Amino acid sequence: MVATAAFYLFAFGAIASAICVVSSKNPVHSVLFLISTFIMTAGLFVLMGAEYLAMLLVVVYVGAVAVLFLFVVMMLDVDFVELKQGFLKYLPIGGALAGLVVFELIMVVFVWAFPTDAELARAHPSPKAAETVANPSGANNIEEFGLVLYTDYIHHFQVAGMVLLVAMIGAIVLTLREREGLKRQDPVAQVARKRDEAVAVVKVPTGQGL
Amino acid sequence: MVGLGHYLSVAAILFAIGTAGIFLNRKNVIIVLMSIELMLLGVNINLVAFSQFLGDLVGQVFAFMVLTVAAAEAAIGLAILVAYFRNRGDIAVEDANFMKN
Repeated sequence: MVATAAFYLFAFGAIASAICVVSSKNPVHSVLFLISTFIMTAGLFVLMGAEYLAMLLVVVYVGAVAVLFLFVVMMLDVDFVELKQGFLKYLPIGGALAGLVVFELIMVVFVWAFPTDAELARAHPSPKAAETVANPSGANNIEEFGLVLYTDYIHHFQVAGMVLLVAMIGAIVLTLREREGLKRQDPVAQVARKRDEAVAVVKVPTGQGL
Repeated sequence: MVGLGHYLSVAAILFAIGTAGIFLNRKNVIIVLMSIELMLLGVNINLVAFSQFLGDLVGQVFAFMVLTVAAAEAAIGLAILVAYFRNRGDIAVEDANFMKN
């Protein structure tokens, strides 16, 4: 009962926030609604028993991606009202397309025959599949997830790391620029200095100063 | 009782909102990027729901990959946007045609 109520709360919250993301006038509000959508979805993930992904969603999406969006939206000095111009013009076709996608996907859900437990057992007969069954022995989701991710899917995990590395290098290369008239430290010049260029011994006459 | 169909419906609706967002906010690249995030979120809900329903954690591993790629995509997309803004002074994609002339 509580789970059902929580599901509807999170589901409607996520959908309402998502609608606000695409329809709000101010992009800052859009980003804040995006954060709300992510948090609601994290709630749905917890309801589904995927606690690790829920935490990841909050940490990575809310903590990094959404804040990055917020930063860029606030940094760019753009007239966002002007960018909103075509909204009503595209509303019929966009709305029709969205309605079509929802209709088709939900029709798939209702037409598709879900397998029964016996059929599921036939589909995953191997003991290995039985091991990866979510929560078989009371171990928590994070433990189970780690057991799968760091053994069978270790290469996928490392490729994910490479993707992030490439993205990081790409983002730096794209946004780095040389600016004129900037005083920079030059370690090579500093290290290459000789004593003769840096120190001068001067014989100071007494009582006259330098 | 909340079943798989409920979660799949939520995922479908989020995906469709993302699709519509790309159409409705064609001029504003930032909102387009956010719409893409919404679509990927819908896909993730799908993956996690099936993972739970089929009792197979591999779906969650794949959702993790999608999450990684989405984060990388957001970072690169925003970096391109910042570079574009520096060169043009605005982010109107409709007149993005310097490769043409």
